[in-house]
Amino acid sequence: MSLSFAILTALLAIGLLALFFGVVLGFAAVKFKVESDPLVEQIDQILPQTQCGQCGYPGCKPYAEAIANGDEINKCPPGGDITIKKLADLMGVEPKSLDAAHGQEDIKKIAYIREDECIGCTKCIQACPVDAILGAAKQMHTVIVDECTGCDLCVDPCPVDCIDMLPVAKGTSSWRWDIDAIPIKQIG
Amino acid sequence: MQNSFEDIMEKLDNHELWDFPGGVFPAERKTLSNQTPIGKLAIPARLYVTVKQHIGVEGQIIVDVGQKVLKGQALTKSMNPFAVPIHAPTSGEIAAIHKHVSAHPSGFPELTIEISSDQEDRWTKLFPLIDYQHQPKMQVLTTICDAGISGMGGAGFPTHIKSAPKKDIDFLIINGIECEPYITSDDRLMREHAWQIRQGIDILCHLLKPKHVLIGIEHNKPEAIEALQVACRENTNYRVCIIPTKYPAGGEKQLIQVLTNREVPAQGLPVDVGVIMHNVGTCFAIADAIFSGKPLIERVVTVTGEAIKTPGNMWALIGTPVSDLLAHCNYKQTGQNRPNIIMGGPMMGFSVTSDLVPVIKTTNCILAPTDNEIAGNNEQPCIRCSACADVCPASLLPQQLFWHSKAKELDKAQDYNLFDCIECGACAYVCPSEIPLVHYYRIAKSEIRVEQEDKQKSDKARDRFEKREARLIAEQQARDEKHRLAAQARKQAMASNGNTAKDKIAAALARAKAKKQNASIVNEKPIDPTEVPLADKSVQEVKTDESNTSTKAASSNQRVQAAITRAKAKKAAAEVTVTQTELKNKTNASQIIENKREIKHQGNDVKFASKQPSEANMKDQADVNHSLHTADVSPQPQKQVITDSKQLKINAAVAKAKAKHEAQKNASRQDVPNPAPAANVNSPQINISVEQAKTQEQQIDMKKRKITAAVAKAKAKKAAEKEKTSKVDKSS
Repeated sequence: MSLSFAILTALLAIGLLALFFGVVLGFAAVKFKVESDPLVEQIDQILPQTQCGQCGYPGCKPYAEAIANGDEINKCPPGGDITIKKLADLMGVEPKSLDAAHGQEDIKKIAYIREDECIGCTKCIQACPVDAILGAAKQMHTVIVDECTGCDLCVDPCPVDCIDMLPVAKGTSSWRWDIDAIPIKQIG
Repeated sequence: MQNSFEDIMEKLDNHELWDFPGGVFPAERKTLSNQTPIGKLAIPARLYVTVKQHIGVEGQIIVDVGQKVLKGQALTKSMNPFAVPIHAPTSGEIAAIHKHVSAHPSGFPELTIEISSDQEDRWTKLFPLIDYQHQPKMQVLTTICDAGISGMGGAGFPTHIKSAPKKDIDFLIINGIECEPYITSDDRLMREHAWQIRQGIDILCHLLKPKHVLIGIEHNKPEAIEALQVACRENTNYRVCIIPTKYPAGGEKQLIQVLTNREVPAQGLPVDVGVIMHNVGTCFAIADAIFSGKPLIERVVTVTGEAIKTPGNMWALIGTPVSDLLAHCNYKQTGQNRPNIIMGGPMMGFSVTSDLVPVIKTTNCILAPTDNEIAGNNEQPCIRCSACADVCPASLLPQQLFWHSKAKELDKAQDYNLFDCIECGACAYVCPSEIPLVHYYRIAKSEIRVEQEDKQKSDKARDRFEKREARLIAEQQARDEKHRLAAQARKQAMASNGNTAKDKIAAALARAKAKKQNASIVNEKPIDPTEVPLADKSVQEVKTDESNTSTKAASSNQRVQAAITRAKAKKAAAEVTVTQTELKNKTNASQIIENKREIKHQGNDVKFASKQPSEANMKDQADVNHSLHTADVSPQPQKQVITDSKQLKINAAVAKAKAKHEAQKNASRQDVPNPAPAANVNSPQINISVEQAKTQEQQIDMKKRKITAAVAKAKAKKAAEKEKTSKVDKSS
């Protein structure tokens, strides 16, 4: 009698506890739901945001989501090896070399519209993922240099091929020191 | 916890100072250049004034190529507070505005105004501000800014910004340390122009209102110390502090530490610890600007090194190419394997890429060392001796920074406070492996800066991309909503007007059907023999009947046929009328009554019937009507045929009765003219009437009755046949 009572009590206690924790967890799952995957955000922070689509996804965020879901990390030519290394660190995988199928790492370029050839068709404006092209129908278009990511997407739609991708001019502000030491030595 | 002002003053009163960690003692080699007074360089034929010579932003160029400019005339202007103008160093003409090799380690071309001097050196009108003490501070600051003064010690920070702090200042420190080897420009300036430097300090005191002014001079410059002590004798608030010679005591943070034992926080400014520091050269330039209105267009440049025959200090106009200075001081490329000109000192300077590099506002030294003076670059692996850490004035761990910088582990390098490195070069100086440590740090720093810039840019791009996506989605939604509403409205309209639309379609179908039927009727008409003999009026009546049955679309062919028929009928009628008038004369009242009865039977065309002269005509008319009727009511042809035959029988009966009556009346008269030939040609009806006229007595009566019946029968048959064919036509 006492044994069965003890078993019953134990079962009841465990059952109640399970019920309680179930309710708590269920409540927490609803109440403290994480809106988006923080990992995606972290990956998105690393990606270069050119929105060029060379990875095969329509922008950096979708690629970030794909990486979070297990896609390869070496599909981003604008980011190059630095980005791959960072992604490898974040995802805890071995860094790979850039997948050549998606393009080669290139020097930084920005679009330039030869303005006297522009016919004002607005096709490039529609193609620009970051609204970096200014213009209106039948008006000359121009690229806002500071906003251009060099994604190349405006070049193909241009019916008169008046868009060039020009390398970003190197200036003293963007210059990187190279090893050119002026060592001095003690004399006398 | 930083030292209080009183503690510091007490210690300074006791001629005691603090110290900074690390530091090195390189050979000074200052006597090469500090033995002679500051020389004057001849005005160069060409001057290259770089548009941006300071930290901040460049101004807008306000001169054009070919324009004559006077000495001291502003070449740029800007509304931006971080911009200071540049000025024409001498009078002449703007030869070009183009990109010219810059006084930067990279040597990248930068926007430069090239002036060809006219050697007249004519000044523009100057506006000194001698009574500056009675002028508002803003006016003084504006004058300093307009004179284009930026820090002349190293970084080139705009002086007017540094001179308008928002915090209270304990100490204004005047930096006359000049700790780097070889350089003596500040030394000579202090020796020769101590008075004017003091005037500059006065102006800064007026602006900054510091509690005390400390003038720091290394103790290896006794002449300069003495000169400034004399100059500042009257100002009890100014104190000349003799600083032990140690590199890099002239560093801003290090000098503050030596004088006040206050440490400028990382990422902070001296003003955060109540200190403002200015270079002696800047003080001199400020005095020039306020008391004589002269902008900053020249500075003292040390030209030294063992490859220079006559080293010394020179007043060089801003924009003077290095080649002019070297030529003036007799630079010989002896002892140099390849030309090696360093701008700045040996510790922190950089090799110029061309001898056309111009002197800028921060250029204090042109060094042309022989190969003996400068060690070759034979970098060896780090042996972890930690000598670099011992000499680092910022208490960093240079070898760790080196490892991480070399391995491009930039975030780890940042964890070791890479950005607190002042790039003094002490670590590289002591390195037994001759590792150019500072250059590794510079590379790492610039890479981090570029990365940060990229990051900023990518953040902006992401933001713009996301906003664009949101905008596109919103636009799409708005479009969809509009379409949805339009579709709804259309559906609603369909629902409310749906029945009528169906009706309309049905009506249109019905109309089309009717049209087809009419067409068939019209086609039948000309074939109908009964129509032909009718009088003109009857034909017209037929026509009206046609129109009544809605044959709007009667073809022109039909009309032509109708016209032909009409003409024929007219002709026939003319002949018939002759006969009939004769007949009429013989008809009696009873016949008219009979006619009237018939009209009642017909029930249709009263006028027509009454005008019909003979029963036969009347009957024919009825026939025509019948045929029309049958055509009209095609859906029930069987019934129609039945009714037709019925009517025919009635007609036949009537005709019989009439014929009987007529026969009785005309029995005696045999002399009725015979219109047969014409009537025969025309139509059977006429024949009938002629026969009627010819009939005699009962035989004729009988005969006529038979004929009429036969005719009526034939007609009925024909009508039925037509009905059938038209029906077949329709169904087909």
